[in-house]
Amino acid sequence: MIQADVKLDTLGYFCPMPIIMTLKKLKELTLGQVLEVVSDDEGIKKDMPAWCDTTGHQMVGLEEVQTKSGTIYKAFVKKTK
Amino acid sequence: MTIAQMDPAVALADLQVSKPDKVTIVLLSGDMDRAMAAFIIATGAAAMGMQVTVFFTFWGLNAIRRKGATSSAKDWLRQMFGLLNKGGADCLPLSRFHFWGLGTKMMQQVMKQNRMPGVPELMETALDLGVHFIACTTTMGLMGITKDTLIEGIDQFAGVTTYLAEAKQGSVNLFI
Repeated sequence: MIQADVKLDTLGYFCPMPIIMTLKKLKELTLGQVLEVVSDDEGIKKDMPAWCDTTGHQMVGLEEVQTKSGTIYKAFVKKTK
Repeated sequence: MTIAQMDPAVALADLQVSKPDKVTIVLLSGDMDRAMAAFIIATGAAAMGMQVTVFFTFWGLNAIRRKGATSSAKDWLRQMFGLLNKGGADCLPLSRFHFWGLGTKMMQQVMKQNRMPGVPELMETALDLGVHFIACTTTMGLMGITKDTLIEGIDQFAGVTTYLAEAKQGSVNLFI
């Protein structure tokens, strides 16, 4: 399990909202802090690494959690700039 | 509960090699679905740190018209055109399944239920993220759309050369 400093709930939101919410939330964090983005949009599996790659933030990991209502994705992003 | 971990290095490996930094989108269509696609790409690109310019022309201008604003064009023909051609980001019809407004209303309802942002919200997010809006003056003149009937936040009123100057430096140029 990856430890996150701040958690961001984007459940129920579709692309591109989780990414935009991540961008806004990361601005509030300090360097080195890890943000946990919780989403039920499968696209985040590819989108978050792509976004991190382009913006320079570090993708620390991705977890998939099976729940009764479906799969939930947890993306961990470390603020690097 | 099962947890699958993915190595970020593997995930990054197959991603794009080149990093585009400038995106231009020409929005010619005034359809809700097409405008949504344009603004989703625009906001996504802006969130990735790219510089984004959206060039509104012909029916695409309807997306940046204020709802209910009447044209102050001088001749009656263009005045009529401005009146009949309804504008406003939340008034755009679907390209298919519109059914005299019923289909579009249904789609807007479904989107609301699913917390999917519509054209007005996406457009606001785009402006928030610093996406540049250019309104095409040629088609504005042609269709009797005057500056005072457009929303706030339009960066430039320009023509084809301004667009091309931007597009020349763009690595992603889309026509919607």
